[in-house]
Amino acid sequence: MANFLIKRLVLLIPVFLVVSVIIFMIIHLVPGDPIDNIVQIGSTPQQKAALTAKYGLDKPLIVQYAIWFGKLMTGDLGEAIILRQPVSSLIAQNLPHSLILGSLALAFSTVVGIATGALAAIRRDSWVDRTVMAVILLGSTVPSFWLGLLMILVFAVHLGWFPVSGARSWSALVLPVLTIGLGGVALVARVTRVAMMDISRRDFVMMLHAKGVPPWRINLQHILRHALLPVVTILSLRIGWILGGAVTIEYVFARPGLGSLLITSLNQRDYPVVQGCLLMLAIAVMLGTLLGDVVQALIDPRVRERTG
Amino acid sequence: MALLSVTDLSVSIGRLKPLDGISFDIGKGEIVGMVGESGSGKSLTAMSVMGLLPLIGGKMTSGSIRFDGIDLATLPEPRYRALRGRRIALISQNPMTSLDPIIRIGAQIDQVGILHLGLSDAAAKARSIDIMRQLRIPEAATVHGNYPHQLSGGMKQRVVIAMALAADPELMIADEPTTALDVTIQAQIIQIVVDLVRERGLSLMLITHDMGVVAQACDKVVVLYAGRVAERNGIDAIFGEPQHPYTRELIRCIPRHDQLRGSLTGIPGAVPSVMDYPSGCRFHPRCADALDICAGAIPALEQKAAGFAACHAAINAAGKVSAHG
Amino acid sequence: MVKSSSLRTILLSPRGGISAIVLLVVMICAVFAPLIAPYAYDIQSLRDANLNPSWKNWMGTDEFGRDLLSRMIYGARTSLSVALTAISISVAIGMSLGATAAYFGGAFDRLVTAAVDLTWSFPEILIALILIAIIGPGLNSTMIAISIAYLAQFTRLTRVQIMALKSETYVEATRSLGAGHAHIIFRHLLPNALTPVIVAGMLATGDAIILEATLGFFGLGAQPPTPSWGAMMSSGTAQIFIAPWIIIFPGLAIAITVIAINLFGDAVIDVLDIRRQLRDS
Repeated sequence: MANFLIKRLVLLIPVFLVVSVIIFMIIHLVPGDPIDNIVQIGSTPQQKAALTAKYGLDKPLIVQYAIWFGKLMTGDLGEAIILRQPVSSLIAQNLPHSLILGSLALAFSTVVGIATGALAAIRRDSWVDRTVMAVILLGSTVPSFWLGLLMILVFAVHLGWFPVSGARSWSALVLPVLTIGLGGVALVARVTRVAMMDISRRDFVMMLHAKGVPPWRINLQHILRHALLPVVTILSLRIGWILGGAVTIEYVFARPGLGSLLITSLNQRDYPVVQGCLLMLAIAVMLGTLLGDVVQALIDPRVRERTG
Repeated sequence: MALLSVTDLSVSIGRLKPLDGISFDIGKGEIVGMVGESGSGKSLTAMSVMGLLPLIGGKMTSGSIRFDGIDLATLPEPRYRALRGRRIALISQNPMTSLDPIIRIGAQIDQVGILHLGLSDAAAKARSIDIMRQLRIPEAATVHGNYPHQLSGGMKQRVVIAMALAADPELMIADEPTTALDVTIQAQIIQIVVDLVRERGLSLMLITHDMGVVAQACDKVVVLYAGRVAERNGIDAIFGEPQHPYTRELIRCIPRHDQLRGSLTGIPGAVPSVMDYPSGCRFHPRCADALDICAGAIPALEQKAAGFAACHAAINAAGKVSAHG
Repeated sequence: MVKSSSLRTILLSPRGGISAIVLLVVMICAVFAPLIAPYAYDIQSLRDANLNPSWKNWMGTDEFGRDLLSRMIYGARTSLSVALTAISISVAIGMSLGATAAYFGGAFDRLVTAAVDLTWSFPEILIALILIAIIGPGLNSTMIAISIAYLAQFTRLTRVQIMALKSETYVEATRSLGAGHAHIIFRHLLPNALTPVIVAGMLATGDAIILEATLGFFGLGAQPPTPSWGAMMSSGTAQIFIAPWIIIFPGLAIAITVIAINLFGDAVIDVLDIRRQLRDS
């Protein structure tokens, strides 16, 4: 297993390098002089010159990348133009909020999604199944930011159960988690349902029936366990989507977090912050994918052997 | 009294009627061969006895299945379940797909002992390893901890057999237990099953399309064709004086050692589809002895010599014989 | 491709027929917006700001007193044209890339596959945001961002399809008759791989409408006064307490359109029996 983990981590290195190059290139691809994209507003020519020297902006691109990457490795992501503080400290302030929201939403999507998907598969063609299918359709077609706004409208404005926005209390987490969660639940439930239906037609399931194993055990201990494989695959591929959902939803609920920071900075063209946020989100996506791989290997011995 | 007694069993799946009035008995300690080409309803008969028809959307439309005096057709599902794997066990067709690929071999055999015999985990494991040894699985204790993909096909089939034996069943149903295996292993597996069954005095319903296997192992034979019983008799009578032309064709198809490879003969014509069974005797379009009546009237399963055959030609021949003398 | 008899089966099925009607209405709104909309989309009248829905303004007015229904109808034009254009570009480039990669194999194929794998695990919204960061906000940027964000999906799907077709004998036969690579790819392979990719493109159009709306909502898509369903809601958030309809109607329009696209796509998938091909990729 340790072997497997190391191999997977090594595979992520080239991906990380490519992503870092793309993100590095942002300030160079944006029209205009790169120095204007990273210098704070109202800087003197001397300050500009100092920055040019610090980042080697007069040197060839590859050298600039090396300098930038080197600083990145020491945690130096530059200075925010508008907010006038180190990008790393901005990220440090915002990251915990996104982590909490993202992981709660992920947990909610996984648990509720698997449960509803399994229920729909076991009671197929019943009203339970049809209800779940309807929720799946809604969850995968309704834009999440609109759902968030509706939640605010109903539960915060009209009923007053939860705060409209912000992150001052735990109750402020409920609506954002539910909003991101519905999309996640729809995804997980759909995969779980289809997978369980597929697997229940396999020979070994017939054999389990022939052995006299009670149906609930066949469903839970065998079929569901198999169904977890595609579920985990989808989750590890789509973990980014749930994080992406967090980006949108933070903005809707005016919560602090990487997503809000990213959108605000994009609108203000605060490129060092944009770079920092995108980099963190990319890392989160990669780690999420890795997590999925690990869980998959834990469930299926064949996966462990193939790559371990 | 017979251990298993199937009378006039008919099964429908949707609008199709793949089984039509199947009757046969299996006595205690008997090995009964169920023979026929694929599509004749052998596996479906096994599914009916196992009570697993609902899994494939089928249901019994008439007839009865009695096991040790219990009417299985009306048995409530929980009691049926207590019977499955405990008193009636199945050895499935394809060992490659019959084991749960992500659960250890041992756990899958232990499951039966734990479930039906109330054994502790440790006792079930000891028992499983013991059965695996009897099945001549080398290094049984190691294999017990392996996953299915780590075993060869022959080994997997032995594991499936071990699962079937785990709760000391009285009746075993082996559904073409060797078709998915290499030819060299086939005879070996059949021999292992037959030896075990004989040793323990179990009853066995052996489903196969190979009359050679039947000759090697069985006491009695039921020949199925297109969802009906064509002929039923003791092993010697079937091979000595086969009544039904289909039975004769099956016997003719047994591969012999002196035959050249590639000269295996099949029965001319194709098995009719369940969607479109011929009228009258369902074998008549392929039958060399077909009479005019065969296309119009369904032949009844009538006593013939020591057994039963459903064939107009056979009955006619018998009539002539008696008329002449 | 789709036979006319399949088309009739799709349109006669309940979900296929109803969703087709919904989509037709939305498309008519988009095409004939100036004829259908009761008012111009950009006439401001601060006296009439945030009016409730009424006989005069069926969906009420926004914070600048603009008629919401008119903006909704023009918004359909923006949302549909951006999504359709972006996805068409994406499908065209993705198919060419995927087909060429699968046909020639080798280093080029490995490069394309690696790029597709790299982008595969990143959510479209993140890819779109990176691109917007580079090319700046606006409708054209949104279009480009969306088309690149979905590129991986179509490249991958086409590649898998072509890989399966490549080994079939008629390709080799054509090849031995001396046909050129371009001829084989564009005249023989792509037409056969077309159906699943087109259907996937149709379903992706629904996602693209949502992505366009999300970017618009962030203020990174359509710029005022251009109406787009997403951008309309962006300005509506400030009025959520006094004029919730500014948020409700555009969102409803998106939801209904996307659900209709999905249901129609589902009906097409079932009739053409290509669910497996779409899922395998």
